[in-house]
Amino acid sequence: MKLTNYFLAAAAAAVLAGGCGNGSSSSAGSSLSGDVKIDGSGTVYPIGAALTELVAEEFPRLRISVGASGTGAGFKKFIAGETDISNASRPIKDGEIDSLSEKGIEFIEIPIAFDGLTVIVNPGNSWVDSLTVEQLNKIWDKDSTVSLWSDVDPSFPNAEINLYGPTSAHGTYEYFNEAVNGDAENTRQDYSQSAEYNALIQGVSSDENALGYIGFAYVESNKDKIKILGIDSGSGPIKPTSETIQSGTYSPLSRPLLMYVRADALDKPQVAGFLDYALNNADAAVEAAKYVPLPKSTYGLALERIHNKVTGSVIKDAEPGEPLDSILK
Amino acid sequence: MSQLSFTAGTTPHSRGRQRKDAAFKWICSFAALLAAVILVCVLVKIFSDGADRVDLQFLKGKASELFPEKAGILPALAGSAWIIGLTILISVPIGVGSAIYLEEFSYKRNKLTDIIEINIANLSGVPSIIYGLLGLAVFSTMLGMGNGILVGGLTMTLLVLPMVILVSREALKAVPNTMREGALALGATRWQMIIKTVIPAALPGILTGLILSVSRAIGEVAPLIVVGAVGFVTFMPESLGDDYTVLPLQIFDWARRPQEEFQQAAAAGSLVLLAALLLLNSVAIIIRSRAQKKQKA
Repeated sequence: MKLTNYFLAAAAAAVLAGGCGNGSSSSAGSSLSGDVKIDGSGTVYPIGAALTELVAEEFPRLRISVGASGTGAGFKKFIAGETDISNASRPIKDGEIDSLSEKGIEFIEIPIAFDGLTVIVNPGNSWVDSLTVEQLNKIWDKDSTVSLWSDVDPSFPNAEINLYGPTSAHGTYEYFNEAVNGDAENTRQDYSQSAEYNALIQGVSSDENALGYIGFAYVESNKDKIKILGIDSGSGPIKPTSETIQSGTYSPLSRPLLMYVRADALDKPQVAGFLDYALNNADAAVEAAKYVPLPKSTYGLALERIHNKVTGSVIKDAEPGEPLDSILK
Repeated sequence: MSQLSFTAGTTPHSRGRQRKDAAFKWICSFAALLAAVILVCVLVKIFSDGADRVDLQFLKGKASELFPEKAGILPALAGSAWIIGLTILISVPIGVGSAIYLEEFSYKRNKLTDIIEINIANLSGVPSIIYGLLGLAVFSTMLGMGNGILVGGLTMTLLVLPMVILVSREALKAVPNTMREGALALGATRWQMIIKTVIPAALPGILTGLILSVSRAIGEVAPLIVVGAVGFVTFMPESLGDDYTVLPLQIFDWARRPQEEFQQAAAAGSLVLLAALLLLNSVAIIIRSRAQKKQKA
């Protein structure tokens, strides 16, 4: 019967496709080909896509796919052996490392760019230009009693403070809490939450008493809608710019975005070739994705880790704000 | 309706009734107007944001991260076409087959048909993300089929199947019994009766329903994200195991970006999606009106 034929054909094709999916024909040199599978953080995704586009121009026969299922979901696929590279907006967790070692998968951890968490207020806000880390902590701590701007500083107006921030699904959420409140889960919950930065910007730009934080990538194209605050961690207020984030003076709210590479995937010439070319030309891609490139020396150190196959995580236990070069060495 | 309103005496009681009548009319027209106004607002917004971007370059361009102003939707369109094609290919035989069983063969209700019917009726109301989780558990994990196009198509099949079965059954039900009896009286077997008499008569109805169910699948993305649709691919999908992205996912990805160019691209992509849906729905309407004319003739 015709109808069953269709279905049998589909089922047969499924078996075939499943069988061939992982087989990768590859030849070294300028004519790299084969599959490179990347998934993970939605924050890092634009960088992954930009790097991919760059590499694809050079090696058109490569078949690269970049997913954005989220840092945690990406690690699940990485652990299941479905991906070669997992993007992450936070360091890998102990539980994820355990699952990987159970499966016998070793990984190499490299930073790929900086993100600067940016604290924003409404452009009509005339009373604040910068906040200290202590003030941020006073506002955002889970035991915070701040409900008026004047609770933060008596010189601020006696108006309600309306907070905006990402949901717990965001790596930004965890990093901000860790840097400001000392723990990834320590934050008050009575604020307007959204998984979309565009929605947070919309909220802050239409609310004169708002305070919020977003990723640096969204700052430039929304400059007229929001006011960016400087952050004072003890040596005067610093505003987030490409320079202050790259040099590490915008501290502690600048964080590295990461890639985790399966160590044995480097035996595939297309994965090794992808990383080689990507790390040597990362600046342009990272800037196109609106993030801040790492210093040249750091990309060099990352490439060294790839070449020497240095496995394990060093960034996991680093303090927020610690310079990357000293962590990686 | 004016012909239904007749003027009764003007007792206080009837005045109150008439006031209620008028108020009800106004509330209903306001509701209808509101729906239309919202739709128009959405359309105007998408048009003003995206109309400039829709051109040949946009339709046949690759996704681009480095050059947002040149980003196109070709890989996403191809992915959507693959997924929809597979969905039709798999859901038609299964959906129409089960509808034929339920309408033409199970003329005596029994436990089995009851269970099947209750299941189908309930399944058509299940949120789409659940189908994604089901697809992930069964196709990707249990059967080890990975997360390529085929798994996406199978998952979408799960999603549209209840609807396909329901509309096919309705179409079969609408075929008058006299036609079946006539065929059987002439000595046709059940198989001949179904293939030569019932299906041709029910075909317009089946096709209309099918197109409407499929157009639901074109706009769906939640289940596909769960079973592994990716964001950015450098290649066109070529085989059933390939990674893919689909148009609504591409639109979603662009809409959440900071760059103005991507916002425009998202609006332009929405226009393309709307045009595709409009096209499908008009085809469904044309098929239906033709069938109705034929039946009258």
